[in-house]
Amino acid sequence: MYTRKGETEMRELTYLEAVREAMSQEMRQNEDVFVLGEDIGLYGGAFGVTRGMLDEFGPERIRNTPISEAAISGAAVGAALTGMRPILELQFSDFITIAMDNIVNQAAKTRYMFGGKGKVPMVLRTPAGSGTGAAAQHSQSLEAWTAHIPGLIVVQPSTAYDAKGLLKAAIDNDNPVIFYEHKLVYKTSSEVPEEQYSIPLGVADIKREGKDVTIVATSYMVHKVLEAAKELEKEGIDVEVVDPRTIVPLDKETIIKSVKKTGRLLIAHEAVKRGGIGGEIASMIAESEAFDYLDAPIKRLGGKEVPIPYNPNLEKAATPQVPDIIEAVKELVRY
Amino acid sequence: MTLTTTKLPPHITNEKLIDMYKEMWLIRYFDEKVDQFFAKGAIHGTTHLAVGQEPSATGPIAALQPKDKITSTHRGHGHSIAKGTDVNRMMAELFGKVDGYCKGKGGSMHIADLEIGNLGANGIVAGGISIAVGAALTSKMKNSGYVVLCYFGDGASNEGAFHESVNLASVWGLPVVFFCENNQYGMSGSVKDMTNVENIADRAAAYGIPGKVVDGTDVIEMLNVTYEAVENARKGNGPSIIEAKTYRWKGHSKSDAKLYRTREEENEWKSRDGIKKFKELLIAEGLLTEEKAKELQQEAKKEIEDSVTFAQNSPEPTIDSLFEDVYA
Repeated sequence: MYTRKGETEMRELTYLEAVREAMSQEMRQNEDVFVLGEDIGLYGGAFGVTRGMLDEFGPERIRNTPISEAAISGAAVGAALTGMRPILELQFSDFITIAMDNIVNQAAKTRYMFGGKGKVPMVLRTPAGSGTGAAAQHSQSLEAWTAHIPGLIVVQPSTAYDAKGLLKAAIDNDNPVIFYEHKLVYKTSSEVPEEQYSIPLGVADIKREGKDVTIVATSYMVHKVLEAAKELEKEGIDVEVVDPRTIVPLDKETIIKSVKKTGRLLIAHEAVKRGGIGGEIASMIAESEAFDYLDAPIKRLGGKEVPIPYNPNLEKAATPQVPDIIEAVKELVRY
Repeated sequence: MTLTTTKLPPHITNEKLIDMYKEMWLIRYFDEKVDQFFAKGAIHGTTHLAVGQEPSATGPIAALQPKDKITSTHRGHGHSIAKGTDVNRMMAELFGKVDGYCKGKGGSMHIADLEIGNLGANGIVAGGISIAVGAALTSKMKNSGYVVLCYFGDGASNEGAFHESVNLASVWGLPVVFFCENNQYGMSGSVKDMTNVENIADRAAAYGIPGKVVDGTDVIEMLNVTYEAVENARKGNGPSIIEAKTYRWKGHSKSDAKLYRTREEENEWKSRDGIKKFKELLIAEGLLTEEKAKELQQEAKKEIEDSVTFAQNSPEPTIDSLFEDVYA
């Protein structure tokens, strides 16, 4: 984990820039790392993450692809299996559906079904989430799907600092990593060291310390929860915010420890609540020693069981918002 | 065709031709042995046998250099044997034993031997095609000089992944040869009902690459055509499609009653047995005698018998190994 030192150059970087910097720094050091994806060349990617990288690395390593998610995901698997370390960008995480065979049946299982031979060191980077008015086919949060598959690592950075360090760890990892970025976080900034650093996969971060209620939140929801925490503080409710950062592997220990301290747990994610990762975290706590410490039933906030709609008011209503979080915390405290 | 009037690839010596003959028997006996064990219930799961398709494993792979790679299909035992994968460890894998290629965790559809460039069979129809393209991309990016021979079937040619992958390989000019074993049926679906072009190789035109049809019972024709395609790919001239018209003598998998085809059709194909044809050619060329041919056939049979002994003597995996190798 990075610790701030006197000589370290700190500056504000957006999440998007942090992702780009992590890739660029890694590519300068390791010839095996390259990026492939649709419109990632001159266009700079659907959200501009790879902008400028073509100039530095050229078209061999910033590899613009046809619109062929099935082929490019498999090409990433094949390249990884034979010694490269590809970073595959999918324009929207919804398009993972078209790449699913290669992720689920190939990348995740190759090593196991080959009896421990071979490895698939690839990173699939893709923006997820709603809030941009892109409607049902460009707004989903599908991380629970990939979290369900043994053999995959699933990362959901919520800040620029985390994105840079987690992406380095993901590229260095010898397993297939699904790296969910969030469209609404791309433009947010935080202090990011210029030098390379790695954040271990499977280590949660306590984004805010508190004593009354634990909120486990992922991705963009971390920001909403922190906003809610500020409001709640005014009313004397002290919230602890735990960001797992990676949902596979999941840092159970940090969550259990926090729940034992506060005795109250809310889990908040943008993905549809039904079948979402929140259910997994709730069950994990129910099965752990933290269960005896609970002073109230566990609460979950997640997306409504609807496709993400287009109309802005409807879109907002489909996912948990700050007032929903405040209300849920108050219910926990009142219980 | 006679060998004396055919120009063979330079690395194909008379000894290599004899080895190829024996190898085809090795492939046939392997699958026939597996068939017997499945029928007896001695092996569980399922399997897909390539009896009758031996020439399209042996011929194209004989065209390769050792550094070249293959990707295979669910009907892949023959491809593995032709690439040099050890039959003992293959049989042990089918028995689910610890000395199997996958330590008993993969079974028939996942045999791989990465060290010799066998990137594995695949249980997903067309699943290996994009992986082959990725492996070819590595060859290009690292300037490794190897070519990938990508096996797929007539059924796979109707999967989206096939079209996307061939197009990708074409636009990137990758060193991969797509080799279609058109054995006439995708499970029960006749290629005539499922595809509205006469030849799957005709689809190559859609990607701006060459496509060629070969006789899947003629091991020498497949050797030569593949050699040309592979060396072209190696020179940087990009991919191509080769389609072998062939036939699986047995059903799709162990539970197939073969209601979708006639015994007459099966017998017609069996009368064109590629192993027998190759033997006759080698004898006519003076490279083989009936006695020597019989001897080689018996050697192959014995090697497969021995592989069964090896498999039976190999230990069961420990239950603890369940959790090994999920992550690297």
